[in-house]
Amino acid sequence: MNESLLRELVPAVIGVLVRRGADFASAEDAVQEALIRALDTWPADPPRDPKAWLVAAAWRRFLDAARAEASRRGRELAVQAEPPPGPPPATDDTLRLYFLCAHPTLPHSSAVALTLRAVGGLTTRQIAAAHLVPEATMAQRISRAKRRIAGLPLDQPGDLGTVLRVLYLVFNEGYGGDVDLAAEAIRLTRQLAALTGEPEAAGLLALMLLHHARRASRTGPGGRLVPLAEQDRSRWDTRLIAEGVAILQAALARDRLGEYQAQAAIAALHADARSAAETDWVQIVEWYDELLRLTGSPVVRLNRAVAVGEADGPRAGLAALDGVDPGLPRYAAVTAYLHERAGDLPLAAELYAEAARAATSVAERDHLTRQAARVRQLLAP
Amino acid sequence: MKYLILKHYRGGPAPVVDCGTMDTWTPEEVDAHVQFMRDFAARLEETGEYVEGQGLSPEGAFVRYDGEGRPPVTDGPFAETKDLIAGWMVIDVDSWDRAVQLAGELSAAPGPGGKPIHEWLEVRPFLTEPPTVTE
Repeated sequence: MNESLLRELVPAVIGVLVRRGADFASAEDAVQEALIRALDTWPADPPRDPKAWLVAAAWRRFLDAARAEASRRGRELAVQAEPPPGPPPATDDTLRLYFLCAHPTLPHSSAVALTLRAVGGLTTRQIAAAHLVPEATMAQRISRAKRRIAGLPLDQPGDLGTVLRVLYLVFNEGYGGDVDLAAEAIRLTRQLAALTGEPEAAGLLALMLLHHARRASRTGPGGRLVPLAEQDRSRWDTRLIAEGVAILQAALARDRLGEYQAQAAIAALHADARSAAETDWVQIVEWYDELLRLTGSPVVRLNRAVAVGEADGPRAGLAALDGVDPGLPRYAAVTAYLHERAGDLPLAAELYAEAARAATSVAERDHLTRQAARVRQLLAP
Repeated sequence: MKYLILKHYRGGPAPVVDCGTMDTWTPEEVDAHVQFMRDFAARLEETGEYVEGQGLSPEGAFVRYDGEGRPPVTDGPFAETKDLIAGWMVIDVDSWDRAVQLAGELSAAPGPGGKPIHEWLEVRPFLTEPPTVTE
């Protein structure tokens, strides 16, 4: 059985149940239970029509749950065993689910979990494993999120920006447990880009593909981080890069620039360079200027300083840090790098060590500690 | 039985070997140390004794309640003189002796010159559920 094929059916099946009159929360629960059963029984006994099987199983679960609820309340509930015909199937059921699951009123962690379950078709157990939390905690997070959005209409246009941010978060979580969240984020973004036709959705997809293409080269032996300049570019996935660039170009041609397209443009310029030395830093700085104009983000300002340092020299890079909040994560790492390039090795070593203390992941901490060690060694008599 | 092996940035008994901070080692020594830690955890997964491990940032603060309607009081960043936890590993082993043996092996992680750093690690038994059979 192909598990990802099964997962792709989930949003459509939820849509069918909702159109038959189920509320979103109960429909989503019923489909999740049917999904878990499918994962259990399909390998030995695959159905001829997977979607019909899932709809039937989920609808049965929904009716059982509704009856149990009705008898618990001690009143009659007219639950039809045969579903009413309902409105004609809408092709954008799935799109509505994206908007609902990433609703702006939900905290990010809940929106991520709910999107992965209702749109991505992952089980609670898989989502919990990927986030290193107990399954019961994740189940609770999801049901609280569903209570929060209960009663929201399923048929209103949503906020594309929040949906994109949620998918971006999923992509950045990388992988944990048996699920590759980066690949899952790409699948969901690809689907979203096709459903909406929005240039920013395409921009995010391009950004993900271009970063995913470098994945194999980003870590060395023992999980060591390999910085962009030192990556073995022959290990970059040229097929993914070509696809990302094509998607980005089509999006840019529509002349509705947004932050994801600008970020993807920067990633594409890196992907274009056959060696680190051939990187077109001048153009990258121009894209950072666009990105800064679009977002005003302090993190963008920090990353821009690195690009300026490459384009116009480390002194210019340090000057570009003027007004950037030193409390930002990676601020010390950026200044360390620029001072090293400017030739102030003692200060660079100090700053790398400081950056290691401020690191937010073990891999980053080890990398920065190693950088401090490397520079100190250059200083040793 | 579960045991917590606690690693400290500072605090605990006086170090027996002065290795300096890791940024004063060579890059190869840093790599060897990191690799040893990974291999150690991987080996305990193999033997079915590994539960989990996490590293902690040296940043943070002490926090306490300061009365109704008032924001919590924080005390931080941590003073240089205070004991500071760097991370932990939880192991599930048959005996205290095995826990001590493993902590001893972990403390032999290589440092400058590839020599063991003899770092003090704190080993603490978890409190367990009360037994079902009591007599």
